[in-house]
Amino acid sequence: MEPPLIITRRLTKNYHLEGYPVHALRGVSVEIGAGEFVAVMGPSGSGKSTFMNLLGCLDRPSGGEYLLAGERASDLSGDALAAIRNRRVGFVFQNFNLLPRTSALENVELPLLYCGVPAAERHQRARAKLEEVGLGDRMHHQPSQLSGGQQQRVAIARALVNDPVLILADEPTGALDTHTSCEVMALLQQLNRGGMTVVLVTHEQEIASFAHRVISFRDGRVVEDHRIDQPNDAAAMAAQRQQELEA
Amino acid sequence: MNLLASIRIALRALRVNKLRSSLTMLGIIIGVGAVITMIAVGAGAQARVEEQIRSLGSNLIIILSGSVSSSGARLGFGSQRTITEDDAYAINREVPAVQAAAPALRGAGQVSGGNNNWSTAFWGVSPEYLEAREWNIAAGKPFGQADVQGSAKVAVIGETVSKNLFGDADPIGQVIRVNKVPLTVIGVLERKGQSFGGRDQDDVILMPISTARNRIMGAAQSKRRTVNNISVKVREDASMAEAEEDIRALLRQRHRLQAGQNDDFFLRNLSEVLGAREESSRIMTLLLAAVASVSLLVGGIGIMNIMLVSVTERTREIGLRMAVGARARDILTQFLVEAITLALIGGLLGVALGVAGSYAIGQFAGWRIALRPESIALAVGFAGVIGIFFGFYPARKASRLLPIEALRYE
Repeated sequence: MEPPLIITRRLTKNYHLEGYPVHALRGVSVEIGAGEFVAVMGPSGSGKSTFMNLLGCLDRPSGGEYLLAGERASDLSGDALAAIRNRRVGFVFQNFNLLPRTSALENVELPLLYCGVPAAERHQRARAKLEEVGLGDRMHHQPSQLSGGQQQRVAIARALVNDPVLILADEPTGALDTHTSCEVMALLQQLNRGGMTVVLVTHEQEIASFAHRVISFRDGRVVEDHRIDQPNDAAAMAAQRQQELEA
Repeated sequence: MNLLASIRIALRALRVNKLRSSLTMLGIIIGVGAVITMIAVGAGAQARVEEQIRSLGSNLIIILSGSVSSSGARLGFGSQRTITEDDAYAINREVPAVQAAAPALRGAGQVSGGNNNWSTAFWGVSPEYLEAREWNIAAGKPFGQADVQGSAKVAVIGETVSKNLFGDADPIGQVIRVNKVPLTVIGVLERKGQSFGGRDQDDVILMPISTARNRIMGAAQSKRRTVNNISVKVREDASMAEAEEDIRALLRQRHRLQAGQNDDFFLRNLSEVLGAREESSRIMTLLLAAVASVSLLVGGIGIMNIMLVSVTERTREIGLRMAVGARARDILTQFLVEAITLALIGGLLGVALGVAGSYAIGQFAGWRIALRPESIALAVGFAGVIGIFFGFYPARKASRLLPIEALRYE
């Protein structure tokens, strides 16, 4: 059997906030296999965001071990971590984090800029991903000319453009209305069905119900880890809501 | 990430804040413009001094009568003539380092010729005078040894005299009267322009020294055949100091001066005097450039200031770039290129301002300016260095941000 994509062993993270030590993670051991759709839940301060940041190599653990696709990411140099973020992980943020005054196409190209892909190939790959998320006709729009849902889809295209092994979504629907949230979740589900591993942080039960597995955090520890055999179908819910709106 | 992409990102970022970018550049524009203008003005002054040195003749020593004591009162230089025509001929003969030594006897008076008259100075000189002073004949011919022996009634006139007496007509062959003595003009001197004292060097008449002494000044001057000065040109390959020593020794011997007695003549090395002037104008240029560089430095601090603000404002952007794979050095490059771009665009606009400013000063103040390509290259290069120097700290600050903290920055 293929080894899990993500393995963490007794992962800890401590930092100082205004002089007081904070134990954000107190030993988290989790395995996530390739192709899983995992929702990470927990109240604020539970350590779920810290866990996400460690998975995304945005931050280094204080202790323990983290292996991503067989590679020990817990003790890599800054440049090596940047390379992992560039090629292996795609981020989707709550507030989209698109560059302002920059077209959708150029926003999607951004990760390719940092791994030396020639301009022509950059355009072509970015265009393909934008078409994949259904924004083929909005390529030259700037973020301010796009709706929240469209902006988040640009962000997803950006996360996908370098063909990562893992999508990390931190509250991706936090800034969206219910209907748009469903559409974005439908897109993530669709990617997951195509084989992409998705890890999602949320505090909304409804959003978590689209995942196959829910890991709950409290006080820096995993308190619950269960599978959902029949996740909700976001596409179907979105279509249903659309009908309700039209009616 | 390649450099071209960095430059494009930098240009985009600068375009977003047009007003801010242009104000930041203004510091560099003014700085570079000031450096170029000041160097042009300084170099112009320097070129003028150099020209004056050339007009004087190089390796020139002037011998003047020294101070003498009369009944205990020391009189000034030249108050009593102590040097003679024969001193000059002796120097010519006996000092090997000397190429030419020419005595000169000065007189002044009213000159008439054509239908005009003019008050000017005339000099009785030996034929070596032109060689000693590196002065050429523009038209006609100079007088020779035979003219001196025969006190020939000939003269060579300067351009100013020629203009004043004959206008645009050819003066050669014309007769001028100097203090009523008729002399035939046989040559016109090459134009020399103003001396560094502001005297018009072309307002002059040269004639054989015997003619001046015997025919114009009369017997009173002829007693000991004294002269006003002797111009000595030292050979190019000889040392000025050695030549001076030899001339001094020879003159002391000829004037029968005892060991303890002061010289009764005075040697003036004019190229040294002008050399000092040239040196001072060079220092002036440096000073002007240094003052102008201060404004360039202030412009650089302006760049640093704006870059620091920019890094703070764009912390989230930096965080995002790091999240999608930018390495610390990519961020460093991006901000450094931005600072250098600001500095270089400012530098190029500054060159335009400096060149325009230099010409404006040349036009309106009537000063001589000398625009040198190397000063332009220097100023632009300096602007680039300032961009790197003052851009480095903000860029490094940006590159050292932690991705997670940069992303969360509010």
